[in-house]
Amino acid sequence: MIAQLIHLLGYDFVQNALVAGILVAVVAGLVSRFVVARNMSFAVHALAEVGFTGSAGFILIGLSPVLGLLSGSMLTALLIGTLGLRIRERDAVVGVIMGFGLGLGVLFITLNSRYASEAFAILLSGAITTVSRDDLVLLGIVGAVTLVGLGAMYRPLTFATVDPVVAEARGVPVRLISVLFLLMLAAAVAEAVQVVGVLLILTLLITPGATAERLTAHPGLATVASVGVALFATVGGILLALVTTVPVSVYVTTIAFVCYLSARLFSSLPIASIRRNRT
Amino acid sequence: MSKPKSTSARTSASDPRTASARPDDTTPAMCFDRATLAYGGRVVWSELSMTVQPGEFLAVLGPNGSGKTSLLRALLGLAPLAAGQLDVLGRPPRRGNPAIGYVPQHAGFDRDVPLRGRDLVGLGIDGHRWGFGRLSRADRARVEAALESVAARVYADAPIGRLSGGEQQRLRIAQALVGDPQILLCDEPLASLDMRYQQEITELIGDWARDKRGTVVFVTHDVNPVLGLANRVVFVVDGRWAAGSTDEVLTSESMSRLYDAPVEVLRVRGRIVVVGEGSGAGFDLDEPHHLPGHVGAHA
Repeated sequence: MIAQLIHLLGYDFVQNALVAGILVAVVAGLVSRFVVARNMSFAVHALAEVGFTGSAGFILIGLSPVLGLLSGSMLTALLIGTLGLRIRERDAVVGVIMGFGLGLGVLFITLNSRYASEAFAILLSGAITTVSRDDLVLLGIVGAVTLVGLGAMYRPLTFATVDPVVAEARGVPVRLISVLFLLMLAAAVAEAVQVVGVLLILTLLITPGATAERLTAHPGLATVASVGVALFATVGGILLALVTTVPVSVYVTTIAFVCYLSARLFSSLPIASIRRNRT
Repeated sequence: MSKPKSTSARTSASDPRTASARPDDTTPAMCFDRATLAYGGRVVWSELSMTVQPGEFLAVLGPNGSGKTSLLRALLGLAPLAAGQLDVLGRPPRRGNPAIGYVPQHAGFDRDVPLRGRDLVGLGIDGHRWGFGRLSRADRARVEAALESVAARVYADAPIGRLSGGEQQRLRIAQALVGDPQILLCDEPLASLDMRYQQEITELIGDWARDKRGTVVFVTHDVNPVLGLANRVVFVVDGRWAAGSTDEVLTSESMSRLYDAPVEVLRVRGRIVVVGEGSGAGFDLDEPHHLPGHVGAHA
């Protein structure tokens, strides 16, 4: 099995998948920390689903589904950002936009010819091993832009996330940060869909952050842990899928879930509670 | 659990830069000149004129929704005036003014938020700056000194969500003071704290004001915890206001005028209690937090 794996690692499509996976995992792990802290699980879901609609629309007019996905989720992010500024109304706004977006998606599916159904299946459950060189370049650019953006606003984003009232008082542009983060989240969603698909998106954008919160109260370490979990699940999932017939996303979701359960178990151990609680 | 008395808490955080960094004492800390603030189309206070000198302790009182917080937002440069003028340390208010420290109402952090006390205080130094960043050695020393000044070093590495309300508020004060401000704005910092913590927090703020000649604006619905500290009071009701010393403002006459209804101000064993006749004037004295002090609530 190891020999088979080493043999497979020589193939282009395998290398592409691994590079794409690592890239996606780093972006997703970083974003995930803030998704969990900002309670944005529902928004992640909406960005992915309306991204799917964008993809279906782009397939309809003969353009790249990856680009369509990115456009769909970005547009959704902008809409949520402008219509749902107040936390109270955000869930409702997300629901309203997602409802309409999915309606459009159904329309695009109906209009598409039958041969496109394979493309839809890929979108829904992910297919990192079909990533082409061109897709890889696009993923690389989007990933790099997102990473630079997140790095640039890491401190004010942290401040606005954990302590929004004081952050605003200290001059942090909390609303701008909110919209910018939504855009980066949209990019991360479009990236992660390539690995796990629309249906399983939550596993890369929520589980790593939720796992990290259980492991440490140190914000920097939590970010590192989140990226670590995303990387472990993605790369592990790709490698396991290579030597078996089960799809990548099944492994990725399972590994991520096991990480989360282990973290829960760890945080309930006496040694962890001594460390986590006041001394 | 260690809870040192505030006497030990006040021996610290003497930053050598502070003495020289102060502006000359003739510049008022804040100066309102016929300032009017509207919020959502409603005037929260109109034509407020008041000058606060450095080192003064101003208590801002009034019923809920009367615009006490709006006053702080104006000072922070977050809410522009509808009319009139406001100067903070001789200049118009601006966002992110490093000369202002801010202590919010205790809201409580989520139990699992990955944040420690020292991280919260550190955000007070560099949280507004872009980029990843890492605190310099000097900044880490300032965080340490701020933690020491509120006697919070013992729990500075614990997850903040697991700390008590009083401990979290201490960290809030360290966060507000770590930037060595000249003005401290406090928005109901005692709300939802029990009596013992209320006293500790007021002492910390009072100590800072005295040691550094800092100016304090203290928004509260109950004047009693700060009676010994506040040398100025402004009371806001329905856009009307009265300012002056505690003895001038908190009288039956001036309060009745403000509320436009008969109100009696009683002084009972060193505490001030305000009593009205009912809800005829748009306030209900049976509901706590509507007046600064209220019968039975502080027995």
